[in-house]
Amino acid sequence: MSARDVHGVEPPWGDAFSVIGKPHRKVDGLAKATGQALYADDLTLPGMLHAKTLRSPHAHARIVSVDTSRAEALEGVHGVITGADLPTPYGVIPWTPDEHALAVDRVRFVGDEVAAVAAVDEDTALAALELIDVTYEPLHAFLDPHEAAERGEPAIHPARKKGNVSKHVELEFGDVEAALADADVVVEGDYFFHGTTHAPIEPHCALARYSADGLLTVWSSTQITHYVHRTLSAVLGLPAPRIRVVQPCLGGAFGGKSDPFSFELCAAKLAMLTGRPVKMLWTREEVFYAHRGRHPMHMHYRTGADASGRLRGVDARILIDGGAYSSFGLVTTYYSGQLLTGPYDFPSYRFDSTRVFTNKPPCGPKRGHGSVQPRFAFEVQLDELAERVGLDGIEIRRVNFQGSDTATVNGQRITSNGFAECLDAVERASGWKDRHGKLPLGRGLGVAGSMYITGTNYPVYPNEMPQAGIQLKVDRSGLVTCFTGGNDIGQGSNSVVAYLVAEELGMDHRDVRVVAADTDLCPVDLGAYSSRVTFMVGNAAIDAARKLRGAIVGAVAGEWAVPAERVRMVGGAVLDLGDPERALTTAEAFQLAEARLDTLGSTGSYNTPPLGGDYRGGSIGASPAYSFTAHVVEAEVDVETGRITVSDAWIAHDCGRALNPMLVAGQMEGSAYMGMAEALLEHHEVNRFGLHAGPSLLDYRIPTSVDTPELHALIVESLDPEGPYGAKEAGEGPLHPAIPAISNAVFDAVGIRLRHLPFTPAKVLAALAERAPSAAGSGS
Amino acid sequence: MLRLPAFELARPQTVEEAVALVAEHGEAAAVLGGGTDLLPNMKHGLVTPRVVVSLASIPELDALAVAEDGTLVIGATCPLAVLASDERVVAGWPALAQAAGLVASPQLRNSGTLGGNVMLDTRCRWINQTHFWRKSLGFCLKKDGSECHVVAGGSRCVAAASNDSAPALMSLGAVGVFAGPGGRRELPLESLWTTDGIRNKRTDPGELLVEVRVPATADGHRGAYGKLRDRGSIDFPLLGCAVRLELDETGAVGGADVVLVALQARPARLRRCGEQLGGTTPGKADFTAAAAAVAEAARRQARPLANVPGDPDYRHAMVPVLVRRTLEAAGGGGGPVHPL
Ligand SMILES: Cc1cc2nc3c(=O)[nH]c(=O)nc-3n(C[C@H](O)[C@H](O)[C@H](O)COP(=O)(O)OP(=O)(O)OC[C@H]3O[C@@H](n4cnc5c(N)ncnc54)[C@H](O)[C@@H]3O)c2cc1C
Ligand code: SF4
Repeated sequence: MSARDVHGVEPPWGDAFSVIGKPHRKVDGLAKATGQALYADDLTLPGMLHAKTLRSPHAHARIVSVDTSRAEALEGVHGVITGADLPTPYGVIPWTPDEHALAVDRVRFVGDEVAAVAAVDEDTALAALELIDVTYEPLHAFLDPHEAAERGEPAIHPARKKGNVSKHVELEFGDVEAALADADVVVEGDYFFHGTTHAPIEPHCALARYSADGLLTVWSSTQITHYVHRTLSAVLGLPAPRIRVVQPCLGGAFGGKSDPFSFELCAAKLAMLTGRPVKMLWTREEVFYAHRGRHPMHMHYRTGADASGRLRGVDARILIDGGAYSSFGLVTTYYSGQLLTGPYDFPSYRFDSTRVFTNKPPCGPKRGHGSVQPRFAFEVQLDELAERVGLDGIEIRRVNFQGSDTATVNGQRITSNGFAECLDAVERASGWKDRHGKLPLGRGLGVAGSMYITGTNYPVYPNEMPQAGIQLKVDRSGLVTCFTGGNDIGQGSNSVVAYLVAEELGMDHRDVRVVAADTDLCPVDLGAYSSRVTFMVGNAAIDAARKLRGAIVGAVAGEWAVPAERVRMVGGAVLDLGDPERALTTAEAFQLAEARLDTLGSTGSYNTPPLGGDYRGGSIGASPAYSFTAHVVEAEVDVETGRITVSDAWIAHDCGRALNPMLVAGQMEGSAYMGMAEALLEHHEVNRFGLHAGPSLLDYRIPTSVDTPELHALIVESLDPEGPYGAKEAGEGPLHPAIPAISNAVFDAVGIRLRHLPFTPAKVLAALAERAPSAAGSGS
Repeated sequence: MLRLPAFELARPQTVEEAVALVAEHGEAAAVLGGGTDLLPNMKHGLVTPRVVVSLASIPELDALAVAEDGTLVIGATCPLAVLASDERVVAGWPALAQAAGLVASPQLRNSGTLGGNVMLDTRCRWINQTHFWRKSLGFCLKKDGSECHVVAGGSRCVAAASNDSAPALMSLGAVGVFAGPGGRRELPLESLWTTDGIRNKRTDPGELLVEVRVPATADGHRGAYGKLRDRGSIDFPLLGCAVRLELDETGAVGGADVVLVALQARPARLRRCGEQLGGTTPGKADFTAAAAAVAEAARRQARPLANVPGDPDYRHAMVPVLVRRTLEAAGGGGGPVHPL
């Protein structure tokens, strides 16, 4: 980190902000609302072919033979490829390259990719798939992670020589056993998080073109252009400078478009083979098979505290069901332990996390990657602890609050921390003091808290270069164009860039245009994951805009022969603070500066400071800033049907400075909605055949608008010293407490602890039945 | 997106033309109402018609009228949204209006027709899936395969009738008017549905449903519909329950009927509920007790299977709750019971 990386929390021109902090609509909002926005599948090119994928009907099998001759002979078919055409393994994490664009000798789940066909239209491509003859030798399929943990044969990835263990991490900070032995109260329990998936509205799609002079262009619905670029180069054996990757408008991702995927590699390979543009659009069913969603986790926690409720030690043992491939699994395994150590002070902590391979769709990063599951378990256990020591759910969280400018037990640096204000906000808004524990039977309030990263200093592949870069270009008309590698996946990162640059240059933000996620045009940014874009690209944008501002102000000051401090850019004009008569429009100032200096432009970048604990994996989860959240939810339980209805969710989130409060509130509401969906309805379930139980938006139950509670977004702004004007993140943190808060509200409502997700009515009825005899026995 | 297989679209202008087209193409023809069931099933490869005979251009078919004798006459292509919101239907045949209003989602009720709902194919978690998916597990009895995944070793398909209007129409004594090559005939819907999940209708595939006639109801008529599903919209029933009560001048139950759907291929009428409820008065303790007894009898009679999604044991536990709540709703002139 250097001076270019930190820009202060103050408005750039001294007093108030003019663009920042106001509810502007997204730069692409109207284009999306009116249907003008172009998504990958909206793009067509002359002579374009359509590609389809043949998938494995077996959960685990050896491929004995593949014969594509009948498919190739079908009229209208232009290209057929199999694993032999793309033999280079890859994986988003460079240490675990265990995927192939098309299976080489083994298929690992129902839906695994085996062959791809490009044809004149989709129907012909589909007909050709039926003509590909594959002989399989079925192998034992692992559907249960416990079995995979115990049994190494047959290995799902024989080359890895570790049985079916994908990753094991065990870390201890302080002496946990001693702390628990000393504790006045220890709560111990098992918790289970089922799998869920992202279900973005837009299915994955890529269009590839290979030009006569050997340039490959791939338009893809990815949220990480840079890793797709690197993977295309590695797997296709094409030098990276000959490849351009462009992300068109994206219809949702939530982590599900983070990996480089088979459809991008196959579309590109088929375009190279046929010399014609090739598009591959997945069906909804294929999106479910590609998955990379939330890992199922079997979690065992022990938490000890003293009689006043102060935490002494936390011990976690976690079995993670990874599905068929590694994906981001190495990071997931670390995150399952590393991200729990706030907003509460843990004097001692140990986690032992094991990720195993199973023959199911591969899991990966979903909004709140790796940390939503442990957060669920821990926040429910914390409530159990509160009950034991006789504290209120909000009080026990206050008692253990770690504060700001501190360090966690695992060596992470905490800067700004607005968690206490978050608790105050939800307590007030929900009427907690008058209502918790006092509502009629069947109705209750529950609280939970969390923290989350704002990007990390782990750059996925080791390098010394900035994590985010940006370039500004100035037009004489008064327009500034920003070129950023950042991926706007609907979260509004392009809008944020426009607001920041406009603020710095005192411009109308509609005169700032953003070109993003095009590897030919934009400097590298590492992509939309780990809630890093606003923070990192935002800081890079301020860095670049300040340099540009210095040049323009300097040129104008020179022309006016006044000190630079007297020149101010504001409201689309450049003013002389010492002479109210003297002013230029932004365009005039640009022209003046261009005439006096040179063609105008600037670059900016951001890199993280050195962070993280001094141990292996210590930088995974080490973030330049952390966001904090508290939820209170109000739930009603029908004791006869077991149905839980959440009527209200109060979401207080410390996002640092809210650069656009409307976008922040949108992320908070969307996060709470998604968490509630995972708690009550959604289930990425694999049936006894190893098949996804219902890969459609009918069977995979996403809550509709009528299933959605009132969502109350309460923004808390603890200005972060290193964020752009103090901003942190809002896209992922606010999801975490949603799930445990519902469990805790159900306890308040009817006195049962839900520790196993999803909270189906059947589970509620079973828990009520289990409680009934003891309630009767206690004579109440 | 899943591809819709190619087909020829026929747009006959009269019922007779439509009947002739279906007769001409036989098994290769399929009738299209709103298409909200037929088209997904075609995308899944469950039906593979060469000719799709649309009923949309036959003007008389979407009528909704009350005849002089008070009979409600619903044309086969009357949209469910129209049926659900028609004031005459809401007042006179409340269970039907409520059931139609709980089908699928608002958009699907705009396209979906009553005829299509009556003629809806049975459903099962193992069949309403893509061709790739079904092929991966070796298909099943209902289409292309030889095994049933619901009943191990079973030789009959037990896919579930999942049309919300069916139990309401049955409870109301509705009659279907069908047109075939031999002319028109009336069939009480009571005897339309069979227990064969592969094809649960007694009509000839060449026969079209032209209209549904629902007898007039008396002043003392009460009806309600109750539906169990996971979400507040979209989902097919995991259980459906239609209740009919006929109250006499004193307000006591003279006649009663309860019909359940989403169990097996045929909607199921509860036995002896009229006897149990007869003479009791809604709002009074005797009705409450009788409703509880009917609910308990329903629990004993109904045996949900793992055909539609969800846990069959849970659905079983909900049978008495749904029946009792729907009876209470009907007795109180309320409903629908949803969410349960
Ligand atoms: C996401 C989704 C959710 C749904 N949820 C529900 C639900 O909750 N409850 C429910 O009941 N349904 C549900 N449906 C099914 C469907 O939308 C409704 O049943 C609708 O009423 C069907 O009417 P239609 O006109 O669209 O039928 P079509 O699709 O046009 O036809 C259905 C069947 O009936 C036959 N048919 C149609 N009209 C005639 C006729 N006049 N004579 C003879 N045969 C005919 C067709 O050949 C076809 O076999 C759902 C569908 C979807 C896609
Ligand atoms: S009940 Fe289901 S699985 Fe069994 S044959 Fe019928 S559709 Fe197939």
